[in-house]
Amino acid sequence: MAMLDSSADLSLQATRLFRRKRMTTFTVLLAVVAYLAYIFVAFDIPGLWQRANAENAKTLVADAYSYKTHVTMNNRNSEITVSIEGDRKARYTEENEPDWVSRSDETTEIDLGDGHLVTFAPNFITFDVPDFGLMTFEVSRSQGVIQTYPVDADQLPDWISASKNRVGITTDAGRLSVTRNRSEVFRYFNGWELFFFALESPYYGKSFGEVVGLALNGEAAAIFHDFWHNPLWRHGAVAWALFETILMAFLGTLGAAILALPLAFMAARNFAPFFAVRFAVRRFFDFVRGVDALIWTIILTRAFGLGPLTGALAILITDSGTFGKIFSEALENVDGKQIEGIQSTGAKPLQRYRFGVLPQITPVLLSQVLYFLESNTRSATVIGAITGGGIGLMLVQAIITQKDWEEVSYYIVLIILMVMFMDWFSGWLRKRLIRGK
Amino acid sequence: MADLATTKLTADTVADDYIAQVSRKRLYSGLMLLFFVVLMVSGFQVASTRNGGSFWGGIDNFFDYPSEVVLEAWTNLHLLPGFMLEYLPALLETFNIAALSTLIGAAFAVVLSLLSTRGLARFPRLIPVFRRIMDATRAIPEIVVALVLIFIMGGGPVPAMIAIAIHTAGALGKLFSEVNENADLKPIDGLASVGASWSQRMLLGVVPQVAPNWLSYALLRLEINIRASAILGFVGAGGLGYELKNAISWGAGRFDEAAAMFIILFLTIMVVDQVSSYFRDRLVHGAAGRA
Repeated sequence: MAMLDSSADLSLQATRLFRRKRMTTFTVLLAVVAYLAYIFVAFDIPGLWQRANAENAKTLVADAYSYKTHVTMNNRNSEITVSIEGDRKARYTEENEPDWVSRSDETTEIDLGDGHLVTFAPNFITFDVPDFGLMTFEVSRSQGVIQTYPVDADQLPDWISASKNRVGITTDAGRLSVTRNRSEVFRYFNGWELFFFALESPYYGKSFGEVVGLALNGEAAAIFHDFWHNPLWRHGAVAWALFETILMAFLGTLGAAILALPLAFMAARNFAPFFAVRFAVRRFFDFVRGVDALIWTIILTRAFGLGPLTGALAILITDSGTFGKIFSEALENVDGKQIEGIQSTGAKPLQRYRFGVLPQITPVLLSQVLYFLESNTRSATVIGAITGGGIGLMLVQAIITQKDWEEVSYYIVLIILMVMFMDWFSGWLRKRLIRGK
Repeated sequence: MADLATTKLTADTVADDYIAQVSRKRLYSGLMLLFFVVLMVSGFQVASTRNGGSFWGGIDNFFDYPSEVVLEAWTNLHLLPGFMLEYLPALLETFNIAALSTLIGAAFAVVLSLLSTRGLARFPRLIPVFRRIMDATRAIPEIVVALVLIFIMGGGPVPAMIAIAIHTAGALGKLFSEVNENADLKPIDGLASVGASWSQRMLLGVVPQVAPNWLSYALLRLEINIRASAILGFVGAGGLGYELKNAISWGAGRFDEAAAMFIILFLTIMVVDQVSSYFRDRLVHGAAGRA
């Protein structure tokens, strides 16, 4: 009977335990759902869809893999320029103009492909769209843009936006816009334009094989110079910015480690005999860590101005607190026997630290430093955006101008490659230094 | 006899060898150290020349700005509590960005980590794919995603939240899968033998084993994410960072407000730091072990 009782008791206990666990799980889930509901309101998620700009997203994606060539006519003096992305630094000269732009004495014909044909003449512009017809625009000082369409003005399709002073026509082949001041045709191409050589470079337009041939013929230095100083992509400057970012991470991390090591001895229970010293150093670590990298960055920018040094110092100060904490914990776990052994041979305190303590903590120390080096490469990108140094700054500038999204995607790719490289490099070094010994 | 001579000779050579080896090692260490010192010094010099102000020129001014802030805060001491209250909503937003991104990132990390751990994966052949996904999301700095999303969605907390969540998913996923690797496979075999599906095996067999360590890592991540969220605010993602930027770039006159924000940010980070380290200790070592 007693056994039966106890087993019934047990099963009752088990049921109760299960019920309680189930209740706990349920409560946690409910809390998460409630929090999400609160966030839904607090972050104004419904309003997000109204604020979101699909047009921006489209330009961003399209720009990331394509570029456009502008053919622009100044309507005052009928002067025509052809340039990539409308950039002054990427303007074609009359000799090397693309073959889809053909100039004759008075008129310029622009072939957008698939039968789309634009003609610029001194006093009028025509646009021939297959299956629609010929449109004619005349620019007049007093009446704005005078427009003639093959259909009635109130039956215009939605790819034509027309008003008194401005016309915009978007087709699959390209875009035309006419205002009182200028007429402009945009034709889209895939790829990143002029990535290797600018238009004025003698190597522009040459195939890969030709360039390699020239390089083998002793022009390698000139070819590299043209590539490195490409005025649009600025490969040299970008490489320098990447180097600067890694430099900030390197100086910050290593500087923090060098600063933190002696302080960690003062914060470790088994090395600092005085409670007051230990307490003070530990609170110092907490303070330095607690004052966020952001606040240090602001303070340092005021003192040292903008630049990579400021970023490096911000990383250095924040991380010296973190390193101090980690190192002092590692020091507290040091095995005392090895130190005693060294001491028994008559070693002085400094020698005891060098041969008894350091070999024990080196693996922890190195692996932490290398781990932080990798994560600080990322931080240096962000801090660089604030203190004005490295690739972070270039990225922010490219995004703020909102013009060259292909440059933004280029920087993003480079940043990700850089972080992955540092990840791999620090892992490789960690393996070699810790296991290889 | 000949044997003895050779042994004696070998002992000598061994000693010589040892000395030679040690001195070679010392030479290498010395060279490494020298190389390292040269690298550090020249690095600092390069960084210094590219900087707006020099190191030695700035070090004197290091305390100028903090003292200016403190001075202004001190003269307006009676206003500080008011300012702190005023910026509490901004602080809450910064905290919410961090909390939500940790929550969402951790949820993705759980799935990714289970899918990429040997022995647990649903599709063992796809393990490398999921690992690379985690590597890629970990490598993307938050600021990149945040700035692009701000351009598309407009400013506000959501871009920052998504950016931090993406990075968190990768970073936590890696840590989680390391925890998963140490999980005992026996409960999973047992569950499989009674016909449990993959999700049931994971939920009932793996999660109870690893949940404490997962939670501990997630709490640590929350701490990191609060800092990240404050910084992203500075680049335009809302929250306290944004207010801080406005306050300090207004020039003179609003340092007292900046001081109030410094203080509440500092306090929040300290509190989260302490609370999370207390709970992490309990989660990993168990409540009983501490008592």
